[in-house]
Amino acid sequence: MRRTRSLVPLVGVLPFLAYLAVFLLIPTVVVIVGAFTENGTFDLGNIRALSNSATVDALRNSVVLSGSTALIGGVLGALLATVIASAPERSLLRRAVLALSGSLAQTGGVSLAFAWMATIGGTGTLTVLLQKALSVDIYGSGWLYTLHGLILVYCYFQIPLMVIVFLPAVDGLRAQWREAAETLGASRLQYLTQVAGPLLLPAFLGSLLLLFANAFAAYATAAALVSQGSPILPLMIRAALTSEIVLGQQHLAYAIALEMIVVVALVMTAYALLLRRSSRWMR
Amino acid sequence: MKAWLRWLILALFAIYFFGPLLSMLDFSTKKNGGGRTGAAWKALVTDEQVRHAIVQSLLLCVATVVLMLVLLVPTMVWVRLRLPRLRRLIEFLCLLPLTIPALVIVVGINGVYAWVNYFFGYSPLVLTFAYVVLVLPYSYRALDASLSSIDVTTLAEAARSLGAGWFTVIVRVVAPNLGAGILSAAFISVALVLGEFTFASLLNYQTLPVVIDLFGKSDSHVSVAASLGTIVFASLLLLLLSFAGRRSRGPKGV
Repeated sequence: MRRTRSLVPLVGVLPFLAYLAVFLLIPTVVVIVGAFTENGTFDLGNIRALSNSATVDALRNSVVLSGSTALIGGVLGALLATVIASAPERSLLRRAVLALSGSLAQTGGVSLAFAWMATIGGTGTLTVLLQKALSVDIYGSGWLYTLHGLILVYCYFQIPLMVIVFLPAVDGLRAQWREAAETLGASRLQYLTQVAGPLLLPAFLGSLLLLFANAFAAYATAAALVSQGSPILPLMIRAALTSEIVLGQQHLAYAIALEMIVVVALVMTAYALLLRRSSRWMR
Repeated sequence: MKAWLRWLILALFAIYFFGPLLSMLDFSTKKNGGGRTGAAWKALVTDEQVRHAIVQSLLLCVATVVLMLVLLVPTMVWVRLRLPRLRRLIEFLCLLPLTIPALVIVVGINGVYAWVNYFFGYSPLVLTFAYVVLVLPYSYRALDASLSSIDVTTLAEAARSLGAGWFTVIVRVVAPNLGAGILSAAFISVALVLGEFTFASLLNYQTLPVVIDLFGKSDSHVSVAASLGTIVFASLLLLLLSFAGRRSRGPKGV
């Protein structure tokens, strides 16, 4: 009797659970199962294909791209967050930076690719300007459309994302802690390295991991910028999905997608662990 | 930090962030032979394909926000009131899309979308179903922060003891008290849906970002104008949100 009564409220969450099952769980399971099957039977061929030199190169490029932009974006974003944090909570400066950051980090995608094409593309504004004024050619042989270009453009959404995720941590530093340190005779440097630094470190590292996962999973910017070739994993998936020449590529897409889940899941788990650690102090 | 250093850093960041935006304005108004033209911006309303894509994307934003709220608000309120033990599970499920990249979901969603198309046709609006999953982590956080700031249990008990049914409790008693959270969840969802490209492009639906990408190959002036338009629109929307009903420490992004 008691058991049936406690089960009735569960009906209330069934629509939500069913929805997630259809639109999140099923697709994920399809990918995982698909990665291990071929023509309906168990097959490791697609997983083995992940060790192809092309796929390994793409994985390496993806890691380089995500790692470098997480680092650059993380350091610069943290710097900007620190500067913004000293502005009053309701100041226009702070609101404007956060709004622009949200827009670039979350709406961005394709728009950001075109932003940089308009700036340093073949006929981009800065390209033309520098060509005329100093006869310097920054376009070169189109490096914007290679891995280097991707690093530059990705920073344009990584720095704003860092501002959004790191600002709450900087805000969490209480003025009293600095005052306490100063009362005890700490210098500015000592406060930074022995109080603020250690307090912010877990949040900083966690944010770096979040940025890494964000860049690793990003698709839109790269897809709009690079139309030929597949230097990174997401673009390899595009090639496998849209390829009409080679049959059976669908399952290679599953395998690469599985590889992406594994990498992102590992990174996000580490992120969750770090977050738990940093939230002990930051409230 | 010294004031002049702070302003110097801010100035450098301003150049970095506004440089490309100003370039876009310059590029989108440039005439091929020299001089200025507003043709690319005019095309946003006069060109059939672009206008249609803009309308579809805006409709998608509305549909996604509505479905997200209908799905999430009752569930979250219900869990708080009747199934507190499930809270961790619901939170985990809502944050899951951060761990499973959109691209991965697209790869596996063909079968599901065959059914969706069978029941709802081929309008880009069917993307709503996938987009609700996409915006879930952000919406959840916004709503959760808002729910934590009010005493849901007391509100619900008061309403129940006055004879209200569960529908009334959720829609007419609790939801109106979640104003800030609902607004914040809605705005963040709009910002995300407006720029979403992965699903739309790989499932072949002509939303604004897809058409922007398409035009990049023929008339990049239009693409750049539409891109700048999107960024400015989303920024203004988020700026507006920061003024609307957010208490001193509201829900913060990601």
